[in-house]
Formats: sequence, C-alpha cells, structure tokens
Amino acid sequence: MATEILMPALSPTMEEGTLAKWLVKEGDTVSSGDIMAEIETDKATMEFEAVDEGVVGKILIAEGTEGVKVNTPIAVLVEEGESADDIAAPAPAAAAEAPAAEAPTPAPAAAAPAAPQVDLTPDWPEGTTMKTQTVREALRDAMAEEMRATPEVFLMGEEVAEYNGAYKVSQGLLDEFGPKRVIDTPITEHGFAGIGVGAAFGGLRPIVEFMTFNFAMQAIDHIINSAAKTLYMSGGQMGAPMVFRGPNGAAARVGAQHSQDYAAWYSQIPGLKVAMPYSASDAKGLLKTAIRDPNPVIFLENEIMYGQSFEVPDLDDFTIPFGKARIWREGDDVTIVSFGIGMKYALEAADKLAEEGISAEVIDLRTLRPMDTGTVINSVMKTNRCVTVEEGFPVCSIGNHISAVLMQQAFDYLDAPVINCTGKDVPMPYAANLEKLALTTTAEVIDAVKQVTYR
Amino acid sequence: MAAKKTTKKPNVSGEELLKYYREMLLIRRFEEKAGQLYGMGLIGGFCHLYIGQEAVVVGLEAAAEEGDKRITSYRDHGHMLACGMDPKGVMAELTGREGGYSKGKGGSMHMFSKEKHFYGGHGIVGAQVPLGAGLAFADQYLENGRVTFTYFGDGAANQGQIYETFNMAALWKLPVIFVIENNQYAMGTAQRRSTSTPDLYTRGEAFGIPGELVDGMDVLAVKSASETALKHCRSGKGPYILEVKTYRYRGHSMSDPAKYRTREEVQKMRDERDPIENVRSMLLTGKHATEDDLKAVDKEIKAIVNEAAEFSKESPEPALEELYTDIYADA
Repeated sequence: MATEILMPALSPTMEEGTLAKWLVKEGDTVSSGDIMAEIETDKATMEFEAVDEGVVGKILIAEGTEGVKVNTPIAVLVEEGESADDIAAPAPAAAAEAPAAEAPTPAPAAAAPAAPQVDLTPDWPEGTTMKTQTVREALRDAMAEEMRATPEVFLMGEEVAEYNGAYKVSQGLLDEFGPKRVIDTPITEHGFAGIGVGAAFGGLRPIVEFMTFNFAMQAIDHIINSAAKTLYMSGGQMGAPMVFRGPNGAAARVGAQHSQDYAAWYSQIPGLKVAMPYSASDAKGLLKTAIRDPNPVIFLENEIMYGQSFEVPDLDDFTIPFGKARIWREGDDVTIVSFGIGMKYALEAADKLAEEGISAEVIDLRTLRPMDTGTVINSVMKTNRCVTVEEGFPVCSIGNHISAVLMQQAFDYLDAPVINCTGKDVPMPYAANLEKLALTTTAEVIDAVKQVTYR
Repeated sequence: MAAKKTTKKPNVSGEELLKYYREMLLIRRFEEKAGQLYGMGLIGGFCHLYIGQEAVVVGLEAAAEEGDKRITSYRDHGHMLACGMDPKGVMAELTGREGGYSKGKGGSMHMFSKEKHFYGGHGIVGAQVPLGAGLAFADQYLENGRVTFTYFGDGAANQGQIYETFNMAALWKLPVIFVIENNQYAMGTAQRRSTSTPDLYTRGEAFGIPGELVDGMDVLAVKSASETALKHCRSGKGPYILEVKTYRYRGHSMSDPAKYRTREEVQKMRDERDPIENVRSMLLTGKHATEDDLKAVDKEIKAIVNEAAEFSKESPEPALEELYTDIYADA
C-alpha cells in the first residue's frame, strides 16, 4: 500500500520549512532510519529519516522549495512492485488535529458582592480546659501525637534526632520513637528533600524539617517540581503527602541569608498548601492537620515565636482546619489582616489604637493557601478599610494579593486604598538599628491605620 | 565500544531470546511511530526517543520481580513499555489525550503508573535520583523486600544531588540500583567534554558503593548485571551502581539536528552494535527461529504499534474541566 510522506514538524514551533535537499531519488529502496532529506527550519538544518520501509515512488516537492507547510505530502512511498502511478489521487493527509481549545468561560468579574459564607464555628468547644504551652512544645506534641497514631509518619532533617532539634522542637522524639522514625540527615537539603518526596511517593508520610527555610532554597526544586506538581502530572495517580516545616523569616541579627520570609513564594504554587501559625494552639492544630493532609504542606514557623506561651486546649485530639481564618479581636473602624509573627505587630497596634478610640478588627489568616479571603471580605464590608501586615518583601507580597482580592470583590465597600505593611525592599542588614528598620513595626501599622481612617 | 565485560553470559533459551527480541522491537517501532506522529504535529513539545538504547531497559527488567519500582528522567518511553505499561496509554499521553496515562496532562516527559510501579517520567535532570532513593527508603521502612531501579544519564551524573543521594543511600543501605545510562552525549555535549574522569561506574567509590560497567548493547550482559545488582540490594547490602554503555541513534530530542557527531559514527554503531540485530542473529544462528518466525513477530509488533497510534489519535482531548482537577488530593 502506498504511503504519503508528509513534511515533518521538526521543532515544537515549526510551521513551515525549506526542503533543502533530497538524499534519495525515485526508485530507491529505503528502510526505517535511512536519511531521506535535509530540511531547513528557522533554527537548523535537520535530517529527516524514513519511518517505514518501501520504495520511493514519487517525489512531490522538489529540493530547494521554500515555505513548505508542515504536513504537506512531499513524497510517496510504495511497496516493491507497486508503482506510484497506480495511486489514485491520494487521500488528502489528515491534517494534524490541533483543535483550538475553547477558552473556558472566564469567571464573571465580581459584581455587587454578596457576603461570603465563612466557617464561624469555634475552634474548640466552649468550656474546654486550657493549658499554657510554648509554640515549641505545641509543635512537638503535634508531631508526637500524629506519630503515635500513624506508623508511616516519620521525621527527618538536620539535628532532629540526637541533638533534639537545632531549636529543640523535636525534643524527646528520638527517645520515644527511635532512630527508624526520627532520622538525622547529613547537611544536604537538596538530597534529603528529594528522598523525602520519594518516600512520600512510596507510601510514607514524611515530615521534613529544614533547620531554616532559608536552607530550603537548596531544595526548592523538589518542593515545587517534584512534590507540588506530581499529582497533576500523573493525572491523579500519585502525589506527595508530606510536610516541609521549619523556622521561616527573620530571627535576630543573623543577616541577609538567614532572615527571609518565604510566605509569598510558596503561596504562589498550585499543588502546595501553606500554613503559617502565630499562636501555640494554631501551631499544634494546624500541624496535625498538615501531617494528615494528603498533599504537600509548607509549614512556616518562626524562631522568635518558639518560646512564646499561649493557651492551648487540653484535648486528646484537636485540629484546626486549613482555610479558616481566626478573628482575634472584633472592631468596627478598620480591618488589620496578618499571619505568623506579623500578628504580634497587628495585635499591639490594635491595643494602642483602642486607646486612641480607633476600633480595629484583627484577622489571623493562619493558612495562606488555601486562604480564607471570605472572612477578610466580610470584615471589610463592615469596616470599609484594610491594612495588611507581614515581614516579607513588599513586591508581590501576600498583602498585594489581599489588596487585589479586595479590589475585585469588595471594591464598593472600600473607603480608602488598602495599605500593605511589609518588610523593606532590602536584603536583611546585620546592624541592630538597620535590622529594626528593615522589618515592619507596630508604629508603621498604627500609621497605616491612621492613613486609611483619615485620622 | 570497549565496554568491559564483567559478567559472564548466561545460558539462554530461544524462548527467552525471542522475548527480548519482541520487547526491544516494540520499543523501537513505538519510538519510530512517535517520531512520525511528532512530524505530523500530533505530538508536541519535547519528545526524546530511546532508539538504540533498547537493550538497557529490557535487560534490567528481565531480572526484576513484581513490586520492584522504577523511576527515570524524560527519555522514558522505553522504560514504560519495558515494565509492561500499555502502548496505547503511553502513545495517547504523547498526543495529549484523555486516554493517556496522565489523562493528557503530563506529556512525554511526565508519565506514571502506580499499577506498574513506574514513578515517572521526570523533567528535571537528576531530580529523579533522590526521588528513587526515597522510594527505596520507603521500601526499607515498610520492610517489603523491594528494590528500586533509579535511571539517569551520563549528563545527570554530574549533578550535585546525585552525590548527596549516593552518600545517604550508602549510609542508610537503601535498596536502590543506580543505573547510569551512558549514551555518551548529554544533549550535544560529548562525555569527554563534560566529565573529568570517564568511568562513571567508579563514581560511588568514595561512598563505598560497588559499581560495574556493562555493555548496554548486549541485552544478556545487561540482564546478568541486573541479577547481580538485585541480589546485592535484596540481601540488605545497600545500593549498587551499573554504568550501562549505550548509544542513542536519534538526536537528543526531535528538534536536535545532532551536528555534534558524524553520521558515520551513528551508522557504525547501527551496523556493528545494534542490540536488536544482535539478538536477531543469535536467534537465527542458534536456530531458535526462522526468518519467517521473526517476520511474524515484526508483523505482530507493527500491529500493536499501529493500534496504539490509532488509539492516540482517536482518544479525545481531555475535557476542559480537567484543567482544574488533580491539583489537590481530597483531605
């Protein structure tokens, strides 16, 4: 049976090319792999090989022809004994079907916004006994409880076992769970993050601790390309149920390479979930949720917060769901939105503003992906003003995102532009005075609130 | 090629030889068809063909047991066919269709099969190596006796994460076989231009990982090496390195004009070392099969490949709703 040979596409973008040279002539026998012609694309001259075996029955496009469109028949291959003349006008080659995908209907731009439905249930039942715990202890208890419950959960990272954690977060875990489940790694973030992701593919539930998230820069390829994208790339067959956790953001006086806040970076990635707790109860409840989640979770802690004490519910099993913000204090004049250590400035500012008669509602996002924008919008519909607070860099920050969401979904309710209080647009300096200046401050939050309330 | 034969050729039955012939031929014909569909615009983006390297995966898989895992980078069609994945599903993934292994959302470089323990299909050179060690870590943790084949090329062999992985795999005695498919060119860079010492199988010495050089154009030599490596891993001795010397006949990807080597070099390899011709002549000279028998096999393979190609054209494009599925597993 005669086969048409079509002008091939030789690169992802080629639409036409020049048939520079035929290396076979009519009557030649070719077999698979033989070079038939040289074809020039805009980038290179490529050799074009035969796929089928047969005899070159007819050359349809002469060498030197320019602008030959991809999929144009250029020659006819016949079987031994067959003649190209026998071919009744060959059926036109099926053009490559590349049906232009219809663009999905875009979501209509937010019209008059209805108040979003949000989860207003309390985090724990009223009357629950509370105990005082540091964030550090809460994180350890969360891991220990989940490790007791699920044998596939294990902890790996630098100094997590025998040293009991560089910041003592994993204190006592080696003693309780042994070296099979609490594993000291060499200082090779790229490698052990990859091994962690592979272990998650293989059915385990790893907790990978980074001594700080600054060092996770060495491993970010595995976090994003390997962990976050595999569920999608595999059509839902396999993913990475795991937690990457450790201190994030500025500690104190450790300079530019140890002081970055990665909240906005990771929050941009579909396939990741991102939690950044402030209080000990949230640290515990969110970390337990993170360990149980079947997706890769980035869990951003803060060294300065590790030693801070909070009230934590004294319950056997207590979790905080992702995507549910917490309203720390209610107010009417302005909404202050923050997360992680930024909450310290937000709450301090709210206290001082109250003394001046300004009533601030303070919202802790708790998780950044998913983000409970509904609670923020509902609040802004009441206060009509918003200030965001974070320690990260100002460009493409979480605050920028919240501003955009409010502009699109609550534009009619805003009485002032949203102000983002962020870290400054500089690498972190070492000098004490400059470092203080580089981070956001309670005073800046107070100033921003006064601006949006026109005081 | 001066590959040192470190293993003795096993006695082999005609039936076994015919099996390897069939499996290697399936990969070759499949890849030729993929090249053709690429030329027709039915396959897009990057498409890295495995032609010339068939004996590597077929030989290694010949010794594998049910439950053993495999992971590789983006020149992955051969690995998928060799571990028993359906050619129809692989080809339909290449054309980006609903019937593909990843529902058309992964493409040539990103394909997976949980059922066949094939863990991808990874597009970042070298990243599959710690992932493979992680699979082995899981097997060791679960004490299931399985071994993971972690494939990478001579190009990836210079990535830093390989050595981080060698260190931890040796330290923790992970049951992983590092298979270095040395096809001698990292895209357009010949090994001598990129690599300070040529013997990649010695790269584990600093970590105490044994290594072996294998003739990757000889499927029986590869199978024998696979047996040795599997035995080592299964007995709890930790990782093993196989440097399998092979050769890719085609360009790095479909859009590579391959001007960094001569046509004569490629032709010489095809004429003298072709892994399929090698087995074909063993079958004929050993009187295990007649020309007619082999013609029948050729015909059968051609039918399988044509069926895969037809399926890959007829399977519809994924539904538009698929854009937003499989991003998160339900919590």
